[in-house]
Amino acid sequence: MDARLLPAVDLDTIFRPRLAQLLNVEEMTAKEKLFTFQFKDGTPLGHDPGQFVEVSAFGIGEAPISVSSSPTRGDTFELCVRAVGNVTNALHRMAPGATVGIRGPFGRGFPVDEMRGRNVLFVAGGLGLVPLRSLIHAVLDMRQDFGAVTILYGTKNPSELLFQKELAQWEARDDVDYQVTVDVADESWRGNVGVITTLFRGLPVDPRNTVAVIVGPPVMYRFVIREVLGKGLPMGRILVSLERRMKCGVGKCGHCQINGVYVCQKGPVFTYSELRNLQEAL
Amino acid sequence: MPLKVIEKRDVEPLVRHLMERFQVVGIKKKDGKNTYGVIESPAELRLDSCATIASPKKYFFPQRETLLQFAVDGSWEPRAVVEAQPRIIFGMRPCDIAATWMLDMAFSEVNPDANYLEKRKRALVIGVDCQEPCDEYCFCKSMGTLEVETGYDLLFTAADDTYIARTGTPEGEALLEEWGKAREALYEDRIKLRAVQREKEERFKEALEFDVEELPRFLEDSYRSLLWDVLGEKCLSCGSCNLVCPTCYCFNVLDEVKLNLSEGERYRVWDSCQLEGFAKVATGENFRERRGDRVRHRFFRKGKYMKEMFGRFGCVGCGRCTRACLVHINPIEVYNQLKGGE
Repeated sequence: MDARLLPAVDLDTIFRPRLAQLLNVEEMTAKEKLFTFQFKDGTPLGHDPGQFVEVSAFGIGEAPISVSSSPTRGDTFELCVRAVGNVTNALHRMAPGATVGIRGPFGRGFPVDEMRGRNVLFVAGGLGLVPLRSLIHAVLDMRQDFGAVTILYGTKNPSELLFQKELAQWEARDDVDYQVTVDVADESWRGNVGVITTLFRGLPVDPRNTVAVIVGPPVMYRFVIREVLGKGLPMGRILVSLERRMKCGVGKCGHCQINGVYVCQKGPVFTYSELRNLQEAL
Repeated sequence: MPLKVIEKRDVEPLVRHLMERFQVVGIKKKDGKNTYGVIESPAELRLDSCATIASPKKYFFPQRETLLQFAVDGSWEPRAVVEAQPRIIFGMRPCDIAATWMLDMAFSEVNPDANYLEKRKRALVIGVDCQEPCDEYCFCKSMGTLEVETGYDLLFTAADDTYIARTGTPEGEALLEEWGKAREALYEDRIKLRAVQREKEERFKEALEFDVEELPRFLEDSYRSLLWDVLGEKCLSCGSCNLVCPTCYCFNVLDEVKLNLSEGERYRVWDSCQLEGFAKVATGENFRERRGDRVRHRFFRKGKYMKEMFGRFGCVGCGRCTRACLVHINPIEVYNQLKGGE
């Protein structure tokens, strides 16, 4: 290429984060905390449910984190973070008032507009509830625009259940069918025991008008997709969000690539139709 | 664009002239090996040697490059850093010119990357045609990169005591104009250029047993081949192939706090899809844990994915990965094996 034909480019580059202030920290479980942030210039994040951001703990590094709050709920945004690496451990050490860097929102979120008018079957496994919550809140805030809402949630054990206050609210709602299961119960657990696929037995699903939205660990997808296909859902109405190492978020660094697809650009949300021939996806 | 002629004996004065205004980069000897480096004195520049270990991509996409600077005082105030300087790459080979086109595409599509593009835009490329194959590992002819039509400001072809220069851009033309010692090509020079190109063409052999346009299909049909397991058992996952590849552009991003504890920076460094942790996420899942899967990913990027993304192959046939490979994985052999018995 003739170098003169290269695009003009902003010298305030795609790698410079905007500063955000940590407003609130809430302990969720032994490993996860919920962080509420606001941009210092007061602007909203402007995200779609299902998108992610790159969070900077300056001097430590930058990590991709899915947004856990819905854009229907004000100008702050929430990130639910498990302490597993350098950046996430640094976040866990932060107190309200601390400053982080945020780039994004990045990626393609959930197709909320195309889901309107349909029944929505949410399936969350473990940390999968974190990105899924952004969509659940959006759907519940526009409840009249959707048909039947079902939320299935499973974790390894009761102590790993996230957002417990909200789970109780979903449980109490008449317009939401909420079911939860754990792989291994403890003495206090009175609910379902078993992997998440056990919740599909006898579950009413209208294949003509339901969208399934599934987010969980890699191993869960194969089994749950099998269940929803078994209920007759077309592949294009099965949505998943894939976890990958989205280091740069701007389609360059290569870490998030699944075969020829950059997840940070084409995902993290995909329909199963889009993934069925991507061998590395599931 | 006009053809110009430069006497070979005038190249040194030309380099000296250019060094007044630009950092001049070219192929020189370092520890007995050919390498692209900054030319300190005009006599160092070797326009007639090829097969450098590393590609010139480092001048647009350095091994380590600062992206941000920030204050370590709680305010942070990150500042984007873009480093670029006027530079001439004198003697870039056609394969590397083709590879630069690929990087131009990768760094300008969707989210233009200022750190690459500013360096690229400030650089002038004076290419030099190859007259002989580098060695048995290069296969530019099969990959269609022995000749390039664009991507250079000037392209020199050695012919007897002269270089015949094709001008690719007004900037390239202006460079010779301003120097003043290149003459207009005569009819005889044109004849000579065509003869040199014809003769050269014959010295380069086809290495692939098929038309390279078939490569994506052969890869597609071989996704589940045991060949990847075999290569995975050989491969040491050292990442040398990525380091020397002129079109590899994957990177990692890291932070560093300076010793004074008051400033920090964020920088990117070359990364390698062959390293074990490349596709591993924080929760421990590794999406390309098997070496064979990583080798396959690299071959698919070069022979299929980049072709689908940008319209050209990610492999330019330079042979560097083969020369650098400790266990002699050679794309010529791999591609021909993929063809199978067809």
